[in-house]
Amino acid sequence: METIKIQGTDDTPGIIFDAENKIFQISGRSMPEDVTAFYEPLLMWLEEYAEIADGKIIFEFKLEYFNTASSKLLLDVLMKLEEMYEDGKEVSVKWYFPEDDEDMEEAGEEYADIVDVPIELVSYDG
Amino acid sequence: MANNSLNDLFINAVLDFHNVMRSNDISLVYEGEITHSITKAFTSLTEKKMEEEEEEGKIQKKVFHVMVECLQNISKHADNNINSYSKDGRGIFMVHKGDEEYKITTGNLIAKEKVDDLKESLDLINSMNKDELKALYKKQIKEGYLSEKKGAGLGFIDIARKTGNNLVYTFKDVDNETSFFILTSTIKR
Repeated sequence: METIKIQGTDDTPGIIFDAENKIFQISGRSMPEDVTAFYEPLLMWLEEYAEIADGKIIFEFKLEYFNTASSKLLLDVLMKLEEMYEDGKEVSVKWYFPEDDEDMEEAGEEYADIVDVPIELVSYDG
Repeated sequence: MANNSLNDLFINAVLDFHNVMRSNDISLVYEGEITHSITKAFTSLTEKKMEEEEEEGKIQKKVFHVMVECLQNISKHADNNINSYSKDGRGIFMVHKGDEEYKITTGNLIAKEKVDDLKESLDLINSMNKDELKALYKKQIKEGYLSEKKGAGLGFIDIARKTGNNLVYTFKDVDNETSFFILTSTIKR
């Protein structure tokens, strides 16, 4: 599968979707001008990947900031992972948050409540 | 010959404006169309300023959050006044920095027919405690579909949660079809 690599900017997150090396990352800031246009190709990629995915898959979220418009699309990404998990794939999520950022920690907890896929919260020295 | 001098009315307007901003500790004010690049410019400007002033990181993040949601509310939901030529997505945006708090104020026109629904959701949010807001947020994010203007209906809930304060608002009639909606969010320093 083709790798998606998008450099993060001050309003769009950095993306690495690399099926070959099994690196899956969404990082940085997310407040794109058109959230749907930004996330749609990623969701389609995940849909395709779900067909061929096997072995251990760790999906990393390391976001500094996301707006409410992005929060729904991030949930859509997580729901794709949930589908894979429910399909018997070995999928898990690492949700990184700066140790002093309670809001980002809470956001991870909330997603963990909503979607049925293992989400590990990992603090880092931000 | 072109008239190079400013008329008194204009001079007074500039001076008044200056005084009003100073006396209300307004550090940023803008009136016009709120675009994505305006949102980016204002948030990064305010962010830089807060960094220079060594504002606490937590507070910086909250101010940033609230600014983005407020600006996006205007760009997505402001209506034009049908009696004027102004475009949708236009409004006034202000940042006030006091000793004890930041206040983010927005003002925009809205069709009168939408006022009741808007009041209802603001009052509902204001009546809720932290846990209830959290539950409402989760419900909305799960059920909420993206409206055609691509808001997730989560902005106000998020502002209330991030600030821990009520959303203070008022509506002023402009004409038979239009109201002016003013919203102030307060972030304690």
